[in-house]
Amino acid sequence: MFNLFLLQALNGIQLGILLFLVAAGLTLIFGVMDLINLAHGVLYMVGAYLAATFTAFTGDFFLGLALALPATLAFGIVLEFLIFRRLYDRDHLDQVLATFGLILILNEGVKMIWGAAPMSVPIPDILSGSMPLIGNMRYPFFRVAIIASGLLTALGLYLMVNHTRIGMLLRAGATNGPMVSALGVDIGRLFMIVFGLGAMLAGFAGAMVAPILSVEPGMGDSVLILTFVVIVIGGVGSVRGAFVAAILVGLVDTLGRTFGPILLRSLMDPSAASQTGRTLAPMLIYILMAAVLFFRPSGLFPAKGTVQ
Amino acid sequence: MTTPLLEVRNLRKSYGALAVTDDVSLDVAPGVLHAIIGPNGAGKTTLIHQLSGSLRSNSGTAHFAGEDITRLGMAERVHRGLARSFQITSILDGFTVLENAAMAVQARSGSSFRFFTPAARETRLNDEAMAALARVRLDDRADRRAGSLSHGEKRQLEIAIALATGARLLLLDEPLAGTGHEESAVLVALMRELKSTHTVVLVEHDMEAVFALADRVSVLVYGRLIATGTPEEVRLDPEVRSAYLGEEEAA
Amino acid sequence: MSTGLSDAAATARQIDIRPVRRPLLGRQGASVAAGVIFAGLGLLPVLAWALDDPFLLVTATRLTIFAIAALSLDLVLGYGAMVSFGHAAFIGLGAYAVAILAANGIEDILLQTLAAILVSAIFALITGAISLRTKGVYFIMITLAFGQMAYFFMVSLSAYGGDDGITLANRSTLFGADVLESDLVLFYGAFGFLVLAFVGLRALVASRFGRVLRGTRDNRLRMQAIGFAPFPYQLTAYVIAGAIAGVAGVFLANQAEFVSPAYMTWQRSGELIVMVVFGGMGTLVGAIAGAIAFLLLEDWLAQFSEHWKLWLGILLVLLVLFTRGGIAGFVSRLSGGARS
Repeated sequence: MFNLFLLQALNGIQLGILLFLVAAGLTLIFGVMDLINLAHGVLYMVGAYLAATFTAFTGDFFLGLALALPATLAFGIVLEFLIFRRLYDRDHLDQVLATFGLILILNEGVKMIWGAAPMSVPIPDILSGSMPLIGNMRYPFFRVAIIASGLLTALGLYLMVNHTRIGMLLRAGATNGPMVSALGVDIGRLFMIVFGLGAMLAGFAGAMVAPILSVEPGMGDSVLILTFVVIVIGGVGSVRGAFVAAILVGLVDTLGRTFGPILLRSLMDPSAASQTGRTLAPMLIYILMAAVLFFRPSGLFPAKGTVQ
Repeated sequence: MTTPLLEVRNLRKSYGALAVTDDVSLDVAPGVLHAIIGPNGAGKTTLIHQLSGSLRSNSGTAHFAGEDITRLGMAERVHRGLARSFQITSILDGFTVLENAAMAVQARSGSSFRFFTPAARETRLNDEAMAALARVRLDDRADRRAGSLSHGEKRQLEIAIALATGARLLLLDEPLAGTGHEESAVLVALMRELKSTHTVVLVEHDMEAVFALADRVSVLVYGRLIATGTPEEVRLDPEVRSAYLGEEEAA
Repeated sequence: MSTGLSDAAATARQIDIRPVRRPLLGRQGASVAAGVIFAGLGLLPVLAWALDDPFLLVTATRLTIFAIAALSLDLVLGYGAMVSFGHAAFIGLGAYAVAILAANGIEDILLQTLAAILVSAIFALITGAISLRTKGVYFIMITLAFGQMAYFFMVSLSAYGGDDGITLANRSTLFGADVLESDLVLFYGAFGFLVLAFVGLRALVASRFGRVLRGTRDNRLRMQAIGFAPFPYQLTAYVIAGAIAGVAGVFLANQAEFVSPAYMTWQRSGELIVMVVFGGMGTLVGAIAGAIAFLLLEDWLAQFSEHWKLWLGILLVLLVLFTRGGIAGFVSRLSGGARS
């Protein structure tokens, strides 16, 4: 039982790390630019597709990854230039509609370029196999790699946000956007950087996940919803909040799905427990979100509203 | 000694280390026009926000007609008879002038959970709204779209809406803001007429208006009240002169 | 429950002049438009008979059903200024009310509709009460999340088909008679409800309640300053809208004779928003026009290209970037100018 718990806890952390990578960029975009970007999930998908393509092309996952990152960054910047730049001044509704349209375009576009069939990316040899955990339980190397790279990225983001000038501008922008602009900062450049960074992080997550999930059109949509839940729980504009919330969501979702039915089976008969478990498990994170928002309508660590 | 209509004790509002409102206490007797003046950035609008209930104070109390209103929000204070007008015009641009006032009447005239009869045809609401509009001389503009009024007329409408709420005490936040000479003369005459029926707390920059209208004046500097008294007393107070009036050449 | 106490920075932000979406059709214009649309829609069965194209009747029914749903969303979005991204959930709940009751022997449409209204209203009440504690970006995301929650709930009910959905053995009955088996009867049933909903919402929007809702949409702070706390009114509008959308779901279940969680995905909720905005929000008639236009456009594009979603997306992005006011605004500009 403990082994199962440890295994699922690690899986939960791994899911959380991935969600964090996608959410970190998005929460900054929401916080600094007050921009609702439904299309962030497709950036994750584009990252996965680019990684898959470059890996197939070069025969090496790491090379594929290394190429996919700047490619996703470039793609994000192009999108920012063409579309998002014009959305900053619009109200949220316009942003929702435009980015919704963007999802349609990109999901379909991906289908047109790569076909609808899922692509698979082999796990690189060096990271295949597993490492021993406790007793004779083992955990896949690749997932450890995901966790490690995610933590490194989180550390990097933390250092950037808290110890560099750009980071300071980001924090200031998330707390009070108009003020930062009024202080003479080139807000256009700042927005472009934030957007590009967010795109790259999402693309990185997609690239990392490509070997263990199937790369297919629409893969970003489910991640998007989870990312929203993470941001809402963590507080808009806060990278720290996104980290805490992402791990929380990852753990609750994974552990809930595994242990929920087990717990319920001790309370009721197997078939009822099975049904209730299957119903409640996917709903758990939404219940978590509703509970957090009930007590803190702005999330756990909102960037704005901390001045009291 | 009549009980003050509005009694404020040790009101405080700080943002971190900055005290925007610093231990403010004042009494407003019924029927008087009590002006609050002070240099820019003194915290006058913040004080109005606190008095009207749109901003929660850090500490201190406020009593209205003997009742503790410290914890009440804006809508609740309005129902008890304390209404405000805004420094930056905040009316319903897309509605008619009449509807702007009628809405305020509607808020105190029974339930608004009525779903089928057209509200615009309710004569009682409209009559009371017209009365408020007439008081501010806007009745001839009743059917115009509020957004199409001139700036001065919009300031008049702000006051009309506050009147239409049926409030006893009006918090007027710089009603003369942005008005020209003629427009402000109209507004001053209006406020003088209001004194006969309402208690008014007036925040203003226009010294001529303040000294013409006020029964009592309080001076707010850096969030603290440095003087309270009759207009003459305040005008002659040396601290006030150095902090504020001394800088104002045009009186 | 917060009573409108907010910090001064937020107060200042609310006073900002933000571009408010104005209905651009005057009252007369809207009535004429509604008349034209209802006449056109109502006479489609005649056209179907003349062209000997029974599928046209099916299409007409679908248009009517989504017009009802879009209408309900307009109350929330166009009049309440609440960007709800989970509205499709109510359609799904209504449809499942039919499926679940039918599977348990209750096939009467009136009972099913009552159940649909109850379930939708309760779901709206609970999720609305929580969602309305938030605003802006949070509100949109939380309504999205609640919609997803409802979706996953339905997917998990394997007894009722789960992910695959459930086919209805037959359409609902009315007082024991299976009159709804006739496409014509079903169409006019839905159409009748559409007209009823339209007339009802029109009255509602002009009533005391509607006025408070509209005022809160235009200037929340001002409404608070005269004594209206927004929450009870917005929640009520949210519940009414949810209930109406639930009834749309009842008709949808009957029209398709099939119910699945696909009716309540967030993509569907997004499409509903597109319909309302596309048609011109805050006009009621715009929502109906938008629903019809959107669905017809979808069908038409699908004939051209397998990748019609791409074109729809491009159109959507272009429309957002380059127009204001949607169809209603466009029509109003054609007929020579805006009335406020």
